[in-house]
Amino acid sequence: MSQAILQMQGVSKTFPGVKALDQATLNVYPGEVMALLGENGAGKSTLMKVLTGIYHADSGSIHYFGSPMTFAGPRDSMEQGISIIHQELNLIEELSIAENIFLGRELCAKGGRIDWPAMYREADKLLAHLKVGRSSREQIKALSLGEKQMVEIAKALSFEAKVIIMDEPTDALTLQETESLFKVINELREQGRGIVYISHRLSEIFQICDKLTVLRDGEFIAEREVAEMDEDAVIELMVGRRLDEYYPTVEASQGRVSLKVDKLSGPGVNKVSFELHEGEILGFSGLMGAGRSELMRLLFGDTRKTAGSVSLYGETLNLNHPSQGIAAGISYISEDRKGDGLVLGMSVKTNMSLSALAALSHVGGHIKRGEEAKQVARFIDAFNIKTPSEEQIIGNLSGGNQQKVAIAKGLMTEPKVLILDEPTRGVDVGAKKEIYELINQFKQRGMSILLISSDMPEVLGMSDRILVMHEGQISGEFDVAEATQEGLLAAAVGRNE
Amino acid sequence: MNTVKQPTAVSGKPKVNVAQWLFEQKALIALLVLIVIVSFLNDNFFTTHNLLNILRQTSVNAVIAVGMTLVILTAGIDLSVGSILALCGALAASMVAAELPLVVTICGTLLAGCAMGMFSGVLVAKGKVQPFIATLVAMTALRGLTMVYTDGRPISTGFTDAGDAFAYLGTGYLFGIPFPVWLMVFAFAGAWYLLNHTRLGRYIYAVGGNEEATRLSGINVDRVKIAVYGISGLMSGLAGLIVTSRLSSAQPTAGAAYELDAIAAVVVGGTSLAGGRGWIIGTLIGALIIGFLNNALNLLDVSSYYQMIAKAAVILLAVLADRRSK
Ligand SMILES: Nc1ncnc2c1ncn2[C@@H]1O[C@H](COP(=O)(O)OP(=O)(O)OP(=O)(O)O)[C@@H](O)[C@H]1O
Ligand SMILES: [Mg+2]
Repeated sequence: MSQAILQMQGVSKTFPGVKALDQATLNVYPGEVMALLGENGAGKSTLMKVLTGIYHADSGSIHYFGSPMTFAGPRDSMEQGISIIHQELNLIEELSIAENIFLGRELCAKGGRIDWPAMYREADKLLAHLKVGRSSREQIKALSLGEKQMVEIAKALSFEAKVIIMDEPTDALTLQETESLFKVINELREQGRGIVYISHRLSEIFQICDKLTVLRDGEFIAEREVAEMDEDAVIELMVGRRLDEYYPTVEASQGRVSLKVDKLSGPGVNKVSFELHEGEILGFSGLMGAGRSELMRLLFGDTRKTAGSVSLYGETLNLNHPSQGIAAGISYISEDRKGDGLVLGMSVKTNMSLSALAALSHVGGHIKRGEEAKQVARFIDAFNIKTPSEEQIIGNLSGGNQQKVAIAKGLMTEPKVLILDEPTRGVDVGAKKEIYELINQFKQRGMSILLISSDMPEVLGMSDRILVMHEGQISGEFDVAEATQEGLLAAAVGRNE
Repeated sequence: MNTVKQPTAVSGKPKVNVAQWLFEQKALIALLVLIVIVSFLNDNFFTTHNLLNILRQTSVNAVIAVGMTLVILTAGIDLSVGSILALCGALAASMVAAELPLVVTICGTLLAGCAMGMFSGVLVAKGKVQPFIATLVAMTALRGLTMVYTDGRPISTGFTDAGDAFAYLGTGYLFGIPFPVWLMVFAFAGAWYLLNHTRLGRYIYAVGGNEEATRLSGINVDRVKIAVYGISGLMSGLAGLIVTSRLSSAQPTAGAAYELDAIAAVVVGGTSLAGGRGWIIGTLIGALIIGFLNNALNLLDVSSYYQMIAKAAVILLAVLADRRSK
């Protein structure tokens, strides 16, 4: 076994009210991909931020190529050959792809003038390597979430780093994007670089990683060879107990038709028709950009329809604004919690109650604080949200816990129709199961649920019926009993059998 | 143990540590230090008479700053406050001169101010005009309107019973405290209640923090914006009433550059110009710092040229101190 390039030992870090890291340990080996695993809030991102000098550890040591090292900040660690793709996107929307990739180290010609042609050329090369079909002159804000993530990856690769850290890189990626990322990871491995790979998708761990390190509540639990493990064993290390049955399907008696959509058209959506019943989970599968989120935004009143009709319990809906959607009983939980799902600077409590505030206040607008606190506490408890208090700024929570708050926000309005857009993105296995159980509870109470997910096993495991979308249209409908991954995929690319 | 462990809470619920809290209130400390130093330098400073005087002088800026705080919390800015003050003052003066009942004058003026603010609000919310531009337009247009309306000359409130009654607003005392100070306290109490206990208050913070997320949470963001500019206009109208009442006449040039002092008070008070973060009590402290400083520099016979520089220095220090603690 080769010597580790990077060793972090006994690293501890405390935030006000939270012990994020408690004697954590991590080794990175050349030419190997090290998976860093743990539940939401286990301290994975924090450990990486300590490594790259964003946070300073309270104690512990870092050895880099055998010698003790502390990095003064992200810039310093980058120059020493450690490059990181953060869980949160850090791109400047108004700048071009190339400007973002080379931010702060623009390629200069003689005399300090920026060498634009060279910069675009280099950036285009990186994009082509990752198979991103964009010119590096395009602005970030024109990109999809997945493409933005790919730009972050391109940026990390542009450093020629010796250690590359990827914090949940595939969270927002399409299948193809994930594949091209994996190809690049394999190349990096062959070049002898050390890679740290953080993900909640266990299948990816088995696909791409060589070793794995598990953290639990900030503590180091184990370092293992991936080849010696199976999923159940990994989960047991992560949560400290066995988890059975990921997708706890429950039978709920399906009631009346709640939502009826008839030849609905609008931005990115073309003549979509379907019916949704009480107590039903209707899954939406498809490739990214197939128009699923667009359809949901249309149903929710965020964009306007150009043709067709939508009715809820027989009542025709003409929604012009999300507020009307919520008032009508439709709640939408966005796929992009940082961008448009949460107000990151506000507390857990105020985020969670934001949508339901109308119901939680008197006619004059006076908030019933006691009632609010009670509701929030109930959801924090039911969702097992890890936060020192409900007053914690939500941006300080781990990604998975943020997601739970976002879902709780939608549920607090007691909607008739709940739209979940990628509800378990970035959520750990244990919490995923908790979320599934909660969704099922609401289903049993007669709520109608639309579930969009790019995670095939999730759609297959949770839905009663699945619709597949392709280029804004429904390209397939499956009863869950007869649906297969292959069938869904075929419909997703528009191939109809 | 079969359940998932909660992260070890180091101190459980964060305890309110009074000493630490005080230490974080840089603006408050600055204010107290200022008061102590000047009290030693000049015997006339720390007297009831002078302190009340300062509070009265501060009230106009403080009242405007209340509205400005709300606007800035939504990541906006309101440059039109001074012009609204002037036009509202002129309207009030002519209503008093026409011997309308005092209630009509007050309500009419406040409503007019609110409407002028809402005009900017509509430009920002519906017209998608940047707040700086929208309120710059309002500022210029309303100043012009004031000039047209007053013909560039002061409007006297007249020596009538109505004029005397109106004068109470700016010059009267209630329980030994100048009436404008009561108005100021009332405005802050109202804003504090609004921000901490009402839906609109929450929405104001949310819009400033992440407008898109707020919209998708089903909040009518446009209405929130129109409301804050409306409230800012209303506060400027109130300031216009105070100023006009105190002088018994409305000056067409009144309130020029008042937006700068108001913005300074908000920023010194720790509210972020980027929106979503700040508190109303900070604005009160900020306004008081500026008021106390003006008064102290006068008492210490500092020339008005140096006063400006001193004021700039204090604002800079306050903002830097705030930066540090973040
Ligand atoms: N800046 C901060 N201030 C306060 N607490 C923080 C801060 N950053 C992280 N934490 C807390 O530290 C703990 C570890 O968070 P971290 O983000 O490292 O988790 P993670 O393992 O990356 O989780 P996820 O899988 O959800 O991304 C969490 O309880 C989190 O709330
Ligand atoms: Mg993380």
